[in-house]
Formats: sequence, C-alpha cells, structure tokens
Amino acid sequence: MENREKIIEIANKYRWEIGENIHDAILESIYSSASNITSKVVNKIGEKSKFNWDKWIDKIVTGKLTGFPIMFVMLAIVFWITISGANYPSKFLSWILIDNIHPYLKSLALSLSFPNWIVGLSIDGAYLATAWVVSVMLPPMAIFFPLFTLLEDFGYLPRVAFNMDFLYKKVGAHGKQALTMTMGFGCNAAGVVATRIIDSPRERLLAIITNNFSLCNGRWPTQILIATIFIGGAVPNYLAGIASSAAVVFIALLGVTFSLIVSYFLSNTVLKGEASSFALELPPYRPPRILQTIYTSLIDRTLIVLWRAIVFAAPAGIVIWLVSNITINNISLAEYFINWTNPFGFFIGLNGVILLAYIIAIPANEIVIPTVLMLTVLTNKLSGYGSGAGVMFELDSIQQTEYLLRAGGWTLLTGVNLMLFSLLHNPCSTTIYSIYKETRSLKWTMISTLLPILMGFTICFLVATFWRAL
Amino acid sequence: MKDINKDCVNCPAHNINNLVKLGVDMKNFDFVVALAGNPNVGKSTVFNALTGLKQHTGNWPGKTVGRAEGAFMYNNKRYKIVDLPGTYSLLSTSVDEEIARDFILFGQPDVTIIVVDASTLERNLNLTLQVLEITDRAVLCLNLIDEAERHNLKIDDRLLSKELGIPVIPCAARQGIGIPELLKSIHQVANREFICKPYRMTNTTKNISKAVEDLNDRLKKEFPKLSNTRWIALRLLEGDQSIIDAIKTGEIGNLTIPENEN
Repeated sequence: MENREKIIEIANKYRWEIGENIHDAILESIYSSASNITSKVVNKIGEKSKFNWDKWIDKIVTGKLTGFPIMFVMLAIVFWITISGANYPSKFLSWILIDNIHPYLKSLALSLSFPNWIVGLSIDGAYLATAWVVSVMLPPMAIFFPLFTLLEDFGYLPRVAFNMDFLYKKVGAHGKQALTMTMGFGCNAAGVVATRIIDSPRERLLAIITNNFSLCNGRWPTQILIATIFIGGAVPNYLAGIASSAAVVFIALLGVTFSLIVSYFLSNTVLKGEASSFALELPPYRPPRILQTIYTSLIDRTLIVLWRAIVFAAPAGIVIWLVSNITINNISLAEYFINWTNPFGFFIGLNGVILLAYIIAIPANEIVIPTVLMLTVLTNKLSGYGSGAGVMFELDSIQQTEYLLRAGGWTLLTGVNLMLFSLLHNPCSTTIYSIYKETRSLKWTMISTLLPILMGFTICFLVATFWRAL
Repeated sequence: MKDINKDCVNCPAHNINNLVKLGVDMKNFDFVVALAGNPNVGKSTVFNALTGLKQHTGNWPGKTVGRAEGAFMYNNKRYKIVDLPGTYSLLSTSVDEEIARDFILFGQPDVTIIVVDASTLERNLNLTLQVLEITDRAVLCLNLIDEAERHNLKIDDRLLSKELGIPVIPCAARQGIGIPELLKSIHQVANREFICKPYRMTNTTKNISKAVEDLNDRLKKEFPKLSNTRWIALRLLEGDQSIIDAIKTGEIGNLTIPENEN
C-alpha cells in the first residue's frame, strides 16, 4: 500500500521536473512514428483522381450561400414525401384495425357476455389506443426513418452539423451539439444518449437540456395534422399544401432557434465556460446501400419505436377510458379536470382538453391527437362520433376532424398554439429517464423537464395576448 | 486424404464456411475480441459481418457511443466480440475514449482488431500505435481498401505487418472482402499461432526515458504480474487520474502478463 503511494509520489515529482511538455513529447513521438511508417508503406500511383466529386459536392452543400437553403429544401422534401406517402397506408391500416377488427372484437366479447366495464377497458380502451397508434405511426415512420437513414448513410448528416456548428459555438456550446440535435429529430431519447460524443460535461449538459427542442418522431404527426387543418384551411386551396408544409418546417426551425437561445442563456448564466474546439471529420460520400438500409432501419428504428409506442398506448387507452367513465355526480373525472383547467387554458390560447391530453400523453407524445379528439367529443357531448365515452377513434377524413375541433371551440389560434406547445413542453418519460441516466442528477433532470414547459406557457400566452389584441 | 483436408483448411472458402454467426448468443465463449478504431472507419460493419447482427451503421463519426456485443463461432471456438466507440486517441478523457481504453486495458481482450481507413492511414496509425502500447495481441484490419484504390493509393500490407509486428489484412467489409482472412488471423493470434511483436515507440527525450524506466522498475516490483508497465508509467507521468486511482486501489494489479511473453 505504501509502495503504491510512493510510486504516485515519484511520478508526480518527475512530472514537475520534466514540465508541461510531456504530453506534447509523447504525442510527437506517436505522430512521427505514424508518419514514418506511412511513408514506407503507402505508394501513390500516378496522378490523384482527375475530378474529386466529394470536394465538389461539399463545396455546394457546405457553402456559405448554398448550405442552409439546401438543408431546408432537403428537410422539406423528406417531410413532403412522408406526409403525402403515409396517407394511403394509414387509411388502409385504420380500415382493417379500427373499422373491421374493432367491431368484431367488441361483438365477440359481448356475445361471450363479458361485463361491460371489461369490454370497455380492454377493447375500447387498450385495443383502440394501440390500433390508432399503429395505423397513424407505422406508415410515416416506415417512410421517414429509411429516408433519414439513407441521408445518414450517404454522409449528409455530418455536413448538416458542419453547417450549424459555428452557430452553436457562437452561443457557447459544443459544435457537436449540431449532430445530437439532428439525432433528436428522430428520437429525443436517442439524441440524449448521443451527447456522449461531447467531451466536456458543461457542453454535454447544454446539449442534453436543449435536445427536447428537436421535434421528435412522436410530434411530427401532430404538427402535420394540425398544420393541414388550420394553416392549410386559412389559405386558398391551391396554396394549402405548400403553406402547411412550410408551417411544419417553420416550427422545426423555431425549435432549432430555441435550442440556440436556451444554450446561449444557460452558457452565460449557470453553465458558464469557454466553448471547446474540435475537429469535425467530414466522411467521404458513400453510395448508400438502399435495400440494406431500408431493411435495417425498419428493424432497428421503426419497429423498436413502434413497439415502445404500443407499450405506452395500451395503458394510456385504459387511463383515458377510466377518467372518462368514472363519474362523480354524473360528471366524469376528465370533465372535472377540463372544466377546472379551461380558464387557464384559455388564458394561454389553449384549452383544458389539450392540457389533460398532454398529461395523459407524458409516456408517448404519439397519442396526443387521439386523446384530444376523444376528450373533445366527450366534453362537448357531440353525437355521431366514435362510440361512447372513452373510446379513441380515427376519423375518416381530415374535414371531419376539422369539423369536430371547430365544434369544440377551436380556432386558428388554438391550432397555432397547439403546434407551439407541441414543440415546447416536457420531454416524454423515456427521454426524462434517459436524461437522468446520462446526468445522474435530479436537479438537471428537473430543469430539462420543467424549462421547456415554462417556455411553452410563456410563448403561448404571448401569442394569445397579441393575437387577441390585434 | 489427409493432404486434401490440410489444403481445405488453408483455403479461405473453407474457413468462411466454418464461420457460425451467433448473434447475441454469448454463452461459454473461449476468446474475447475487441474492435477498436477511429470514428467512421467501418467498425460496426466488420462487427455485423462477423456476428450476423444488424447493428445500425451510419456514415458519420461518433455513431457508436456505448459498446455493442455479439458472438461468432470459428473453427469450433466461440468468440465474444465487443464493438468499441470510435476514437482518435486513447489519451484524452471523453466518455467514449475512456470506454474504449478501459476495455482494452482492463477487459483484457484476447485479440484487439484495430480497424483503420486505408485511405487515411497516417491519421489512423496514431490510434493503432497507442493501442499497441497497451496490448500485445492485435490484428490490423486495413478497411475501405477499395476506396484507397479509388484514390490511387497502394498500400504494402506485408511491409506494414512487418513494421507493426501484427497481422495486417486488407478488407472491404461492406462487400465482405477480406473477412475470411481476417477470421483466420483472429484465430491465429487468439490461439498463439501467430506471436505478435508489436511496434513500441522509442524516440522520446532522455529525461522522459529515464523517468519512464525508473517508474517501470518500481511498478514491476510492486505489481509483478502487470504486463504493460511501460505504458502505465507513461500515463502516470502525464497524471492520468483514472490510472492513478487504479494504482491506489490496486485494481491495476489484475492486469496479468499474457503467456506468450514468458
């Protein structure tokens, strides 16, 4: 034991004698050995290749003038393909799972004379919630993830980070935060884990706290649907598609802006420090292996994310069914809560239904919209929709959804604020858990959870106030 | 009959047929193999080629942040293989570099496969040399050899092998080229059929050499079973906290000398 201490002591003494340059001396010795060996074994044959495609493409996609516009266009194209491509398979799945299997299961259960509450809880609650999530989420994910993975495989992702890193550096964060932010567009929990590539704990915290500002896969459907109904509905028909796509891209970019602003704020207050420099290696472009990429991204990402959604949707369906069917004095628990929070909801341009939906949807953002629709029907006693209290359902067309929401008192302001609130609210429970696992700190987990929701309330309040003043 | 069998064993086609991809079935393995290398050189692709797993691969540095594990069986021996995060060095202290270094140092893999990008060999050798300071048993997978050729680079892999003292296998893992040969080398190094004589750096200044030697002697006395005392002495001189801690707790004494050094 003493010997060990002594060895460390002697090492410390030597370190003082030799001085600071020991690290450099070792590095130098490594570098010179490496270059020595390389010069022996590598031979260049003839001229370097006539035309360097990589450099040519890089000049354009990371150019000062062209870089950002290309990024936006790429983003818009990916969304456009996702939005327009997901519609048909979505309809098909909901026709099978909701229009056909659901009534069949229900009549089967009734014919076996199960008690009413069991049928409601399991079939109208758990099954329908799960079926809705599958039919709404599977098609866009099956399109979005392979597209995103193809871009990744091709080598575009590091270029996005390269374009953005100077912005993050300017606000006192690590340039690699641009990469983890991009990962967050797929899934925030994955983005939080990906912050491990950032060395300094200070900059890693910044990246973790602000990752939630990347719209994740669970929030894209909400954005797309609400933009289609309210933004698309507010402009002439021939502009509807472009306007709603633009609105979604705008919200996504707003998220990036917020991640910059919050990073700036934190790095100038509680997380002070210098931004550390790093070298970002731009990998060569490689032709993506299309079939393999589609296969692995379906297995690795789509099915895993879908499974998670299903695991959370079933219990959430039960909760929804319970809160809307357990009544005190003939008024359900859900109605109590909604009536109680409505004034506050109105104050910030939302409503009690949305607030309750976001509490039920803490485990998975994916179920916000079905919950909102179901609760709207319930509280407004609209007839002819769904099949009774606590049933999640899929409406046949966007027009019907629109009619329903408008009947529930929704305006363009509610739509806009829901899009904003969907961007600015607490992370889902999986992400919160990942944040805790990565930071091992309750304090930072709380901050990451509460900060965005406070921002959401503030922004929605400001928008509502100005909107009503105009 | 015997002669034919012998020829078969030497033929790569025979050997690839001998590969059983075990995926995540890591029971009762005979050897542990680590995959190290710079970011974005195709470690995960090599990992997938050996294990049959579909670990997500992506064309950007820093994709693997934790470590993935899988297994394969080759010539009736079971290998557990660990895919480490890509790093440029083993000297700094970011989480991913620490994971990689600690595994090679404390995990004591039987073979470390160093995957390098053939078209940027010099940069990749920096890490290779650092790995060779820690471990005695390694195989160099000279990956992306097709890209190097496209850039009109010709690499003398036999000379490189002689310089580094470890097997060097040119590969294009995405296309499966070189995987049979890589397997054979892993097998040879793991079973001590190939004895590595890894390159060790010498060109440091006198002051440092003297200090390293002194510390080296003391470390050897205190931990007679410790294998890479020279590297540990260097880390001590640099004031590496995790190494200092490992010496204080005596954890470092668990690192034993591989048999082939005796």
